[in-house]
Amino acid sequence: MKSQNSLRRLRPKDTKSTLLRLFGYFRFNKLLFFGGIFFIIVSAASQIAANAMLSPIIDTIVIGDIPQVVRYLLIMGAIVLGISGSQYLGNLFMARLAQETVHKIREDMFSHMQKLPVSYFDKLAHGDLMSTFTNDVDMLNQSLEQSVSQAIVAVITVAGSFAMMLVLSPILTLTVILMLGLMFAAVKYVGRKSASNFRFQQAALADMNGYVEEIMSGQKVVKVFNYEERAIDKFLEKNEQLRRASTQASTYGVMLMPIMGNLSFVLYALASMFGAFLVMKNSMTIGNIAAFLQYTRTISRPITMVSNQLNMLFAALAGAERIFDVLDEEAERDEGDVCLVRDGKNPPYWKVPKENGEYETVPLKGYITLDNVNFGYEPGQRVLSNISLYAKPGQKIAFVGSTGAGKTTITNLINRFYEIDEGSILFDGIDIRRIKKQDLRSTMSIVLQDVHLFEGTIADNIRYGRLDATDEEVVEAAKLANAHYFIKNLPKGYDTMLTMDGQNLSQGERQLLSIARAAIANPTVLILDEATSSIDTRTEKLIAEGMDKLMEGRTTFVIAHRLSTVRDANAIMVLEQGRIIERGDHEELMRQKGRYYALNTGALELE
Amino acid sequence: MLALLPYMKKYKFYAVLCPIFMILEVLGDIYIPYLMSRIVDVGIVNRDIDYIVKLGLIMVGVALLAMAFGVISAHFGARAGFGFASEIRKEAFKKVQGFSFANLDRFTVSSLITRLTNDCNTLGQVTMMSLRMAVRAPFLMLFALIMAFNINRSLARVFMVAVPLTAATIGIILPKARPLFQKLQGRVDRVNAIIQENLIGIRVVKSFNRQSYEERRFKERNDDLKNTALSAISLVISVMPMLNLIVYSTIIAVLWFGGRQVSAGTMGSGELISFITYITQVLMSLLMMSFFFMNLLRGSASAGRILEVLSTESEIKEAETPVKELKDGSVTFEHVCFSYPGSPEKTLKDINFHIKSGETIGIIGSTGSSKTTLVQLIPRLYDVTEGSVKVGGVDVREYDVKALRDQVAFVLQKNTLFSGTIRENMQWGKEDASDEEIIKVLKQAQAWEFVSKYEDGLDHWVEQGGDNFSGGQKQRLTIARALLKSPKILILDDSTSAVDMTTDARIQQVFKTDLKDITTIIIAQRISSIQQADKIIVMHEGKIESMGDHETLMVKSPIYREIYQSQLKGVAV
Repeated sequence: MKSQNSLRRLRPKDTKSTLLRLFGYFRFNKLLFFGGIFFIIVSAASQIAANAMLSPIIDTIVIGDIPQVVRYLLIMGAIVLGISGSQYLGNLFMARLAQETVHKIREDMFSHMQKLPVSYFDKLAHGDLMSTFTNDVDMLNQSLEQSVSQAIVAVITVAGSFAMMLVLSPILTLTVILMLGLMFAAVKYVGRKSASNFRFQQAALADMNGYVEEIMSGQKVVKVFNYEERAIDKFLEKNEQLRRASTQASTYGVMLMPIMGNLSFVLYALASMFGAFLVMKNSMTIGNIAAFLQYTRTISRPITMVSNQLNMLFAALAGAERIFDVLDEEAERDEGDVCLVRDGKNPPYWKVPKENGEYETVPLKGYITLDNVNFGYEPGQRVLSNISLYAKPGQKIAFVGSTGAGKTTITNLINRFYEIDEGSILFDGIDIRRIKKQDLRSTMSIVLQDVHLFEGTIADNIRYGRLDATDEEVVEAAKLANAHYFIKNLPKGYDTMLTMDGQNLSQGERQLLSIARAAIANPTVLILDEATSSIDTRTEKLIAEGMDKLMEGRTTFVIAHRLSTVRDANAIMVLEQGRIIERGDHEELMRQKGRYYALNTGALELE
Repeated sequence: MLALLPYMKKYKFYAVLCPIFMILEVLGDIYIPYLMSRIVDVGIVNRDIDYIVKLGLIMVGVALLAMAFGVISAHFGARAGFGFASEIRKEAFKKVQGFSFANLDRFTVSSLITRLTNDCNTLGQVTMMSLRMAVRAPFLMLFALIMAFNINRSLARVFMVAVPLTAATIGIILPKARPLFQKLQGRVDRVNAIIQENLIGIRVVKSFNRQSYEERRFKERNDDLKNTALSAISLVISVMPMLNLIVYSTIIAVLWFGGRQVSAGTMGSGELISFITYITQVLMSLLMMSFFFMNLLRGSASAGRILEVLSTESEIKEAETPVKELKDGSVTFEHVCFSYPGSPEKTLKDINFHIKSGETIGIIGSTGSSKTTLVQLIPRLYDVTEGSVKVGGVDVREYDVKALRDQVAFVLQKNTLFSGTIRENMQWGKEDASDEEIIKVLKQAQAWEFVSKYEDGLDHWVEQGGDNFSGGQKQRLTIARALLKSPKILILDDSTSAVDMTTDARIQQVFKTDLKDITTIIIAQRISSIQQADKIIVMHEGKIESMGDHETLMVKSPIYREIYQSQLKGVAV
């Protein structure tokens, strides 16, 4: 299901509705939108007007009426100032509009993301989602900033120039109309070829990049197996493929400029020729020709640009569609009506609304019951079957079993990351589906095998467990987790800044921090996965001790990897293919001489 | 960037012709306004229809020729640019394949990937652009200036004001923009970082109910990004309007001064008109040149990064007369010391031991890195700093590196499988292995029991990185792959950590029986994995703390005892 870097669509599925939705975002910045469009139209129109001035100016020059020339030049000067001013303002407004819109979209996306269920993130390839957040938003930004205004300018310039050409001389315009048609056709043809070749190039690029990434990531294996020659052979194939595709795509992409530029000179040539005849017939003045020729120059560049800009706009709209898809994803539903009350005066309790409008108060203790729970990630799939167990407050329930037996899945259900299909889970006697998710999760802490930390100081990360924790409480939690010692040894101690995901610490240190974070939350229920991969024995010992201290006095569900954990668990659940096949405490299970006994000969390490 | 020039050799034909055709196109583009001025000043004034038609047709011909030249130049530019990039990428990839582990450590995998992909692409595009734009813009400007001076020297003096003014405008504004855009990139990175963190850490965010906290953090960075973007863009936006102002002001000035000359009869109106065309060509060329320079900067950064790769030499040097055959699987370390390149610390200090051919050796100890470091010296993944490592009685540096690595199989700590079928992955060990040979090693590695369950058996697809297998399955597959080499020495670096006890025991049994002639060196965290070894080496802080079999070490080695006890807390043996 997961696919990294899937080839992204370049054309929207439903242009109209996507556009309308996008315009909806502009309503926050009406002034910028209308103001921007206004000034852009003014600047484009002014450029046409400036060129139009050439006609009377040159004719007046030929006649020799200097004062009139001066007057015309002054008018043109004013128009020119207008062009600059309105061009600046127009582009500025549009750029601002783009930034504000994209800013809002980013914010909306992030907020919505926080509401999405865990299943969405598990199913999706992170690369794709990141790409929507970054590339698609970027493309939208660029399009809004440039393509919209350039498209407007192009349309006005082409239409306006054409109109002026008609005004100057309908006959001359008619004679060159064929040429104009030819230019349009050329743009369309080259544009189409360019687009299809571009797609080939993208595919070849993705192929090459994928291969390089794979081989480079496994470069050490390549060396160890003397695979270098074979790797190079495979690479050469893909390299050649890419070279061909890039060459072709770029050729078409780049050749539009010389084609259009020179076709416009052909236009220029024809206009000069026929225009000369018309001057001699006195149907046109020389000034007319000067202006007309200038229009032939101004009309061709936009024609070229329009095709490019349209493609960019389409690609951006396709990106916008992907963005809207994310925004339309269904949020995590939370129909719970039971909430947790912590008022500082009384010990925490659940407030359970009754049918008659009154409330029942249930003290928070930490009784957890699973009753005949069935669950599967996909419809029709069964990962857990008939799971029934209970835990009294402060008890430790250990899960053992081979990979894929369902241990991690149970941890996804107790805090409602996923909802069970059948059966029920009760917390202090209350069905957890009735409890507000936020309140439910505030009573639990999870410590997983994959540690996730955040950019910020070590103290910030520990405080993630409880935002209002005091500095003393932070240190206390760190001491409980056996993290205090290594933190003190860092040059900046608790103020040490962590990079993204805490990558500047070692694996073991990150694990210790995640234990401290869980500790400071002082949870009633603890969900713990003991798996620690390839950490040195000494740090592993520290982690194990920290985990032991964390588990004291809390209802704990632990995916066990150490014999000592299992030995003093109140109950051990042996899972196999989603079912509990043995249960009991250590002595009972050893006596049974079943699966548990078999796993348990000598040192105990489990998959 | 010039240092990369030799790689253009294969495509030098195109690289040379591209600019030449570009210049020809430019000449055409310059000639046409001149022809137009002749039509007006000679043809119309003299009412000479034939002249007009002749010149008109020449104009059309020149335009079509220029178009042809332009298209050819575009094509040649693309061929040269991307051919160049492809040659460089080839050389860089080959170079990296020759890298030693030390080289790979220095560069990091992700930066190598960027260099081979993004940087090469950038180079290709920049080269293509340079061959065209770097030639077009200056020549266009030059020829247009020449034509303008030819038409009317005194009028052309406006350029002495216009050109410096344009250059100054571009020269002042654009350099200021660069640091702003770099800052902008930093802001973009920060926004992306927090998105990435939330994507992968969503469970942590939800379980600690930190959604609004994260939203606040995000808002701060998002706002920052917007503000930085706006200041960068406001700056760049001012360029075009200013240039337009200069261009049109120049046109107005020319109309004024030129106009007077036309009324006075010292200049033709056609010349005036063509002059205006040349103004746009000159000043816009300046803008084109500035864009070109910005692109060049990007290109030279990429070129620098690629050159770094190309100029790196591997320190693992081949012997002059390399030995090709390993006599046996004995391994001897004599006074071996090792430091990682660039590090002053000694990771290994005075290591001495001897392993007989066919023995099974366990290595255990407090920190993972120096155990791995030790065994990496055997197939010469790194070379010793002092002392000598001998295999089969011969110093490893005397062997042909390929032959050595063929006979010393190494199963790494991080197990990588590659996208392809199981069969293809296994064949990394032996290119032409038959299915029987493959199944044999799969059985030995205890992997056949799950491979045989797949409908497509050996043809079953392996996803990139082997993600569709569990940790234990991956480990068994990589062991099988190594066994296919029929090595004399097999090194397993923590390769059964994810495999359950029973399967681990079975694998060890196979080593003792089927594969007893292979010298097996096992690094493990679990005592149970090496308890049965002939000899166990206990490492501590880069030195051998003690050596012996299990019973001996339980007596002799306090570290060994401690590890044993922590793993078997309280179970009656």
